[in-house]
Amino acid sequence: MLLDSNLDSVEVAEAAVLADAVDIGFEEEQLHQIGMAVREGMVNAVVHGNRYNSRKKVHLSVTKAPDRLTVVIADEGEGFDLNTLPNPLAEENLLRQSGRGLLLIQAFVDEFQVRRAQPGGTEVRMVKYLAKAS
Amino acid sequence: MSVKLTIRQVGSVTVIDAAGRITLGEGASQFRDAIRDLAAKGDKKILVNLSEVSYIDSSGIGEMVSSYTTVTNHGGQLKLLGLSKRVKDLLQITKLYTVFEVFDDEAAAIRSFT
Repeated sequence: MLLDSNLDSVEVAEAAVLADAVDIGFEEEQLHQIGMAVREGMVNAVVHGNRYNSRKKVHLSVTKAPDRLTVVIADEGEGFDLNTLPNPLAEENLLRQSGRGLLLIQAFVDEFQVRRAQPGGTEVRMVKYLAKAS
Repeated sequence: MSVKLTIRQVGSVTVIDAAGRITLGEGASQFRDAIRDLAAKGDKKILVNLSEVSYIDSSGIGEMVSSYTTVTNHGGQLKLLGLSKRVKDLLQITKLYTVFEVFDDEAAAIRSFT
């Protein structure tokens, strides 16, 4: 699914992924976690990756399996080095206004990877298993 | 639906009853503007009642932190009331339970302001 770089796309992506998650059989609390993870991933892609650029798209891929849901969100931005991001849990960063999105994604899914997308941008891959509670 | 904010006074404490979603966009900016207005007009004891808030994302969390800083920098106090389990979980994950003073009971929260 190709999505525009605006906040409406965040809602569209969340609704689309949750529909697939319901099909697989995730329960309410897991659906909430999946929804939040997708929302945070989409906000990162639209706001920080594509910077609301109307010429750039967000690429959303959802793969359903009987025991898991895999979501990949890729932007067309400049990319970033995960290692250079401030640790939002460090004492000196607790009062920063932003920088918690990836932390929340990690907390709410079972597998989480960030890598450079091809030809450019950032790709976030997240997996939620039906049987695991995170 | 974004957030609906209702402001009331209990003694010297300003209580903001929030309902709905505090997320990136209208919800988070409404919340920020309300707190900034209160701080600017000199309110120093602010209790944010989140018992009717169904959803907060990282942007909403960011606005709560920013509001805390704004009020504190004005010499005031900002405390939280009525957090759902999900919001409590968010404060745990983000370690912000070490920053915010959180209450389940409004009367106790009101009494706690100095």
